[in-house]
Amino acid sequence: MSLVRGTGKQILGLFLDDDFLALATLIVVSAVTVLLKAFTVSPLAAGGALLVGCVGALFISVWRTAHAMRAGES
Amino acid sequence: MVSLTLSWSTTASAVSAAFLGSLVEVVEAFTIVLAVGTIRGWRPAIAGTALGLLVLAAIVALLGAALDRLPIEWLQLAIGILLIMFGLRWLRRAVLRYAGLIPLHDENEVFGAATAELRTRTSRRRNRLDWIGATTAFNAVLLEGIEIVFIVFAVGAGHGLIGAAALGAAAAGVLVLAAGCAVHRPLARVPENALKFCVGVLLSAFGVFWTGEGLGIPWPGGDWALVGFTLVFLLAGVLAARMARRAIPEAVA
Repeated sequence: MSLVRGTGKQILGLFLDDDFLALATLIVVSAVTVLLKAFTVSPLAAGGALLVGCVGALFISVWRTAHAMRAGES
Repeated sequence: MVSLTLSWSTTASAVSAAFLGSLVEVVEAFTIVLAVGTIRGWRPAIAGTALGLLVLAAIVALLGAALDRLPIEWLQLAIGILLIMFGLRWLRRAVLRYAGLIPLHDENEVFGAATAELRTRTSRRRNRLDWIGATTAFNAVLLEGIEIVFIVFAVGAGHGLIGAAALGAAAAGVLVLAAGCAVHRPLARVPENALKFCVGVLLSAFGVFWTGEGLGIPWPGGDWALVGFTLVFLLAGVLAARMARRAIPEAVA
């Protein structure tokens, strides 16, 4: 049973390390989907938004972690 | 209908991502199996490894059959989103390690901790299989193997490249086993963080590419857009590491 639980946790952990990053990624993908399907934005602009959104999520996640560590040290 | 035309750029990226990602995971599994073999004997180490590989083969067979039934656009979208989450997670951790914010993964340290743990657990019975050793090896092979299976399916399924990606993963397995058998020690000199950084970059690029294709976005340059995304994430990773270092000046020292 503990093996099944451990495996389940490991599989979930593959995608969810930093809650913010996982949530931000889902928000970016959802926003791009809505832009494409509901507002008929140009596909190229939506693609650009997807790429920029993912890169932005990475930067914010790293920045948040670095500043949280700095705040913890001071 | 999404075009299934393969290009060199997609195939090379899929094989590279599968090879590098698997290299990291096989090294981690090898360290634990080596610890089991050294402390509890090779019989439970080999039995646990073989059972782990059998379970992984069953997962691959089930997953392969299920993926064949899904429409390609859904598959690309679902795998694309998971790949972005998985790739950005690897890239983030590698960036934080480069910045000195979290410690580097040390195979010698992992081996030391595993051997110490295995020495304290005393249920070894003569002439019977050592279940603690076998379970430890089984866990390591299964858990690291699941990541390999995900990487192979994720980079390969969207464009029918599972076979090529699996070859990349198999090559990594053979390389690690050959090196491990030769040195008979944890492979601590493998530059794991650099590999994880590269895999994070490649998987994030694949994730954006598949997600876009699943949403019907016609990427400029077709499959070559993948190379552009790879360069964007590579640059983003380098810049993010610099930004993190500046946030904590002591981390540089």
